[in-house]
Amino acid sequence: MKRFLFISSLTLLVSLTGTAQKNFTKNGNISFFSKTSMENIDAASNQVMCVLDATTANLQFSVLVKSFSFKKALMQEHFNENYMESDKYPKSTFKGTIADINNVNFSKDGIYNISVTGDLNLHNVTKKVTSPGILSIKSGKISLTSAFNVLLSDYNIEIPKVVEGNISKTIEIKVNVALDQKM
Amino acid sequence: MPYIKIFFVAIVSIAFAKKLHAQDTLDLMSQLEKELGNEEKDMTNYTTATFKTTRLINGHSVENVGKGVLDVKISHRFGKVNGGAYEFFGLDNASMRMGMDYGINRFLMVGVGRNTYEKTYDAFFKLKILRQSTGKRKMPITLSYVPTIALKTIKFDDPNRKNYFTSRLFFTHQLLIGRKFSDNTSLQLMPTFSHRNLVQLNADPNNLMAIGIGGRQKLTKRVSINAEYYYQIPGYKLSGTTDCFSLGFDLETGGHVFQLHFTNSPGMTERSFISETKGNWSKGDILFGFNISRVFTIGKHH
Repeated sequence: MKRFLFISSLTLLVSLTGTAQKNFTKNGNISFFSKTSMENIDAASNQVMCVLDATTANLQFSVLVKSFSFKKALMQEHFNENYMESDKYPKSTFKGTIADINNVNFSKDGIYNISVTGDLNLHNVTKKVTSPGILSIKSGKISLTSAFNVLLSDYNIEIPKVVEGNISKTIEIKVNVALDQKM
Repeated sequence: MPYIKIFFVAIVSIAFAKKLHAQDTLDLMSQLEKELGNEEKDMTNYTTATFKTTRLINGHSVENVGKGVLDVKISHRFGKVNGGAYEFFGLDNASMRMGMDYGINRFLMVGVGRNTYEKTYDAFFKLKILRQSTGKRKMPITLSYVPTIALKTIKFDDPNRKNYFTSRLFFTHQLLIGRKFSDNTSLQLMPTFSHRNLVQLNADPNNLMAIGIGGRQKLTKRVSINAEYYYQIPGYKLSGTTDCFSLGFDLETGGHVFQLHFTNSPGMTERSFISETKGNWSKGDILFGFNISRVFTIGKHH
């Protein structure tokens, strides 16, 4: 019985420590851009939470919509009030996996092209997205960057006729996170 | 035999560990949020956009312009609609205010204006004292303080008597107590105290008091209906005046807000519409008017 307990706890411990490698950050950066001939709009948040479980390749993002900061205060108000309805839907999230994580050697410096697939939730609409990205490892720290486009109409975000020329139908999103903490 | 036992136990333990592990990967983010104390109940969520613009109709709303934002406002009040076809239902005459508001920071804005009504200049600042919020810090209301000074520059009625410059000055102090009840509905109370150095009649008080109530109901995302009523406290009002009541719409398009309304006051400064309104809605002393707001971002907002 003693041996049973010993082996059991030892194996459990080894399996748990072996898998408990989760890297995260709460200061990731996401920015987005709308380009039209009338005007360019850009906004950024530096309060993006991102967590990666390297063993299962699970990758998740979460950001408060209200944390996006614009150059023009009124744009920021309209973004929250009219387009993203951030009081009703305060968060945007992504839950997915890195497809080719087995190629990544986390123990030495390197840069890898990866592909991420998962569910992107914006404005309370969830859509499957796949995006290429770059995973880099430098002195044990993991960083991720990616850029992709979303179609506003996919996420039930309507642009009224009067400002149709000012807001692009496709928004370019750039993600840049350094997973500098472990849990 | 014991080896098989050991092997079996090890397998079960690994399976168990994997299962534990699989469970927490599913909810990686909520686990992280718990760990960081970043759950919704730990954060303060400040209410924004209680009203579409810094004015309800004639008077102030609890909204401020953003930091570094210049808001140019042009406002008109036409004549009384009961002037009939001869006066083109009031459109022959107009009282106008041209003004500029500027946001110094998130909590403080300043503004100046010039009114055709009795050739009045006005200046104010609006200070946000409390912000409505939910979450970690709970606050049911937004509270602002707005003092306004008005300088009437129209020639004195009687140039032969001794006239003082101070007779041209009017001071108004307002507290704005606002609450956004839902995405669509906001209400506001406006206790108002004002002082004027010169009044027309001996019986008239120099210190006046009123309490305003106003609100908005959104009809669509970009259109709302607004109402505003100032009740003058008996004994603290000028004789022969009525209470100001206004009803209107806010229409928002990008950087503009158009406010179209009906009111019984031709004046657009606090001292005039709260304390000097003479129009009576039931007699058709109703004036059509509008405010146009256009914002320009001058300073850096962040």
